[in-house]
Amino acid sequence: MSERPSEESTGVDSASANSSEADGCEGCEAAKGGGRRGFLFAAGTTLLTVGGGLAAVPIVGVAIGPAEAGDPNRWISLGKATDFKIGETVLVKFTNPWDSPTDGDTNENVCYVRCIDHATFQVFAVTCAHLGCPVEWFAQSRLFMCPCHGGVYYEDGARASGPPPRGLYEYVWRVEDGSFEILGGRLPGLQEST
Amino acid sequence: MKSSGVIGRTLGWVDDRTGLVAVTEHAMFHKVPRSAKWWYVFGSATLMFFIVQLVTGVLLTTLFVPSAAEAYQSLVYIDEKIPMGWMLRALHGWSSNAMCIMMLIHMTQIFLHGTYKYPRELTWVAGVALCVTTLGLAFTGQIMRWDANAYWGLGIGAAIVDRVPLIGNWLRSVVLGGPDISGATLSRFFALHVFILPGTAIGLIGLHLILVLKGGISEMPKVGQPVEPETYREEYEGRVKKTGVPFFPDAARRDMVFCGAALIGLIGLAAWYGPFGPGPLPSPTIIEVAPRPDGLFLWLFAVLALLPPDTETFLILVGPPVGIAFLAALPFISPRGERAPSRRPISVIILCIIVTALAVLTWLGETSPWSPVMKAWTSIPTPVEYVRGRSPLELQGAIQLQYAQCRNCHSIGGEGGERGPALDDVATRLNWDQLVRQIQQGGGNMPAYGKNLSSAETEALVAFLSTLDGGHLPARIPGAMERQPGRDQSPTADPRAEGESDADADTVAAR
Repeated sequence: MSERPSEESTGVDSASANSSEADGCEGCEAAKGGGRRGFLFAAGTTLLTVGGGLAAVPIVGVAIGPAEAGDPNRWISLGKATDFKIGETVLVKFTNPWDSPTDGDTNENVCYVRCIDHATFQVFAVTCAHLGCPVEWFAQSRLFMCPCHGGVYYEDGARASGPPPRGLYEYVWRVEDGSFEILGGRLPGLQEST
Repeated sequence: MKSSGVIGRTLGWVDDRTGLVAVTEHAMFHKVPRSAKWWYVFGSATLMFFIVQLVTGVLLTTLFVPSAAEAYQSLVYIDEKIPMGWMLRALHGWSSNAMCIMMLIHMTQIFLHGTYKYPRELTWVAGVALCVTTLGLAFTGQIMRWDANAYWGLGIGAAIVDRVPLIGNWLRSVVLGGPDISGATLSRFFALHVFILPGTAIGLIGLHLILVLKGGISEMPKVGQPVEPETYREEYEGRVKKTGVPFFPDAARRDMVFCGAALIGLIGLAAWYGPFGPGPLPSPTIIEVAPRPDGLFLWLFAVLALLPPDTETFLILVGPPVGIAFLAALPFISPRGERAPSRRPISVIILCIIVTALAVLTWLGETSPWSPVMKAWTSIPTPVEYVRGRSPLELQGAIQLQYAQCRNCHSIGGEGGERGPALDDVATRLNWDQLVRQIQQGGGNMPAYGKNLSSAETEALVAFLSTLDGGHLPARIPGAMERQPGRDQSPTADPRAEGESDADADTVAAR
């Protein structure tokens, strides 16, 4: 409304030196007065800034907290390594170690375990590397096919055809005391290393 | 308020204390151009459907449980146990579609009539923001249905967010409320769907309406009456003063008729077709699903299937913001000049291209010919005429065709996938060697079966495919013909001749 903000902003800066937010604000006239009025304005600006900053800690914390929660991956046992049949690829259920009381069905998860021999495995995520639809394993043609956009993968997870930019995501696995375990918890995505 | 009496005095008191009566009076009785007729009803209809959404939505929040553990059951409970609960869900779902359609028609009309030009630039910008908010409401509403489509739709959204360079993984966790799709994800989208987006929409609608009142309702465009910012306001106000009519009741009559009819139509649709979903359970362990978005987003589903993979990430991430920014910038790119469509051929052509593209992409999304038919290999039998009288090797090949899931992508007899070409006359396109090569090495969109089929299986499959000539004579390639087992029998041994017409028999015999 007024044509004056550029002139006033210098006055504001001197009155509330630490508050960059006061730049060009309306009502900055109050700060111009100096003395008690200037002090009150500066105090008000400072208190609101500090208060807002403190309130922002839990607000921003909860909003972005899930991304800052650390590595959600844990070792998950999928049974005995010797229970998998050599040469077969099977769908295996597991419970996500990262859970909350309201997760319901979403807490259950699945992956494909390909047993090459009892010391060599491949574990694939069911999500297509294109856009995350669930791929289906066809043991007869030894292919994974995606029902959404037609991505196809070979039995070793390599991309065979269609729009996926890479092969299937793989879980890291290990055999501990005969127990076959995968490192799971995070939904695999393009920016994962595996 | 000039009128005396109790009502008049009360209104006068309210206006004295709030100023609201004068504002309302201005909104209701301000003069609008006489030419504002049936083209102008779609904005009102959009608003009416939004109000339906608010009322039904608030009621639904009293029944829906936004917990991933109970949301599905609460939806089923609303549908089956709450009296008229199914109708409430149906109204909310159908009104959502109706609101989007009315909004798009309204936008199209504004674009076509050049109404976004001076002095209504910001009315258009607020409208573009409302369009984005409404589409956001539609997408998040699909998530509230918490079924398999919602779950896997979130997976697709997560995969798109994940493609953002550098911060994709972090951003995905913020959107999902955790490292995976979970209860927190539903809670986040619930907050978006019932608080953040509707609040934004209400604010934007208020702004949009204030701007409509400020700029005045536009006249129907007239050839030879271009918008000149220097003189437009004065001329417009002069014309409206002279020939305009009060919005209520003169112009509002048409809005009332259209909105009333649309509301009855909505109730009819909701009662007849019922609510949308919920579909299969939202369990990550049930993978035998083919997730599809709602009709409004089918074009996007098609775009994601058809974009060249190399450009995909760039276009997915850059396309929508650039498109929205371009829409919002439109009145600043073209703030003046002719409004009549007949004088703006480029705008009309652009509009035709956009509408045609969206219609075609929606149709493609609906039919999704690129998607394999996952159950084709077990659920669609080989047509009898394709196996009648084939040699044992060819029959084995026919079995192999089913067994190796070929039909998930290839149709024969008009049934099966459409990802690859139909195989009914594949023998007229590829000879024996080419068939072997295509199966073994793949190519185009076909995976290589070299490691997955034994040489005997491949031979049987090729023997069968070589019989699929669609009734045409296959190309004669001397070297190839000699190597076709089962083809070097005497022509009369080809049993397809049996029971077929003489002409067909002649064709076969000619081999």
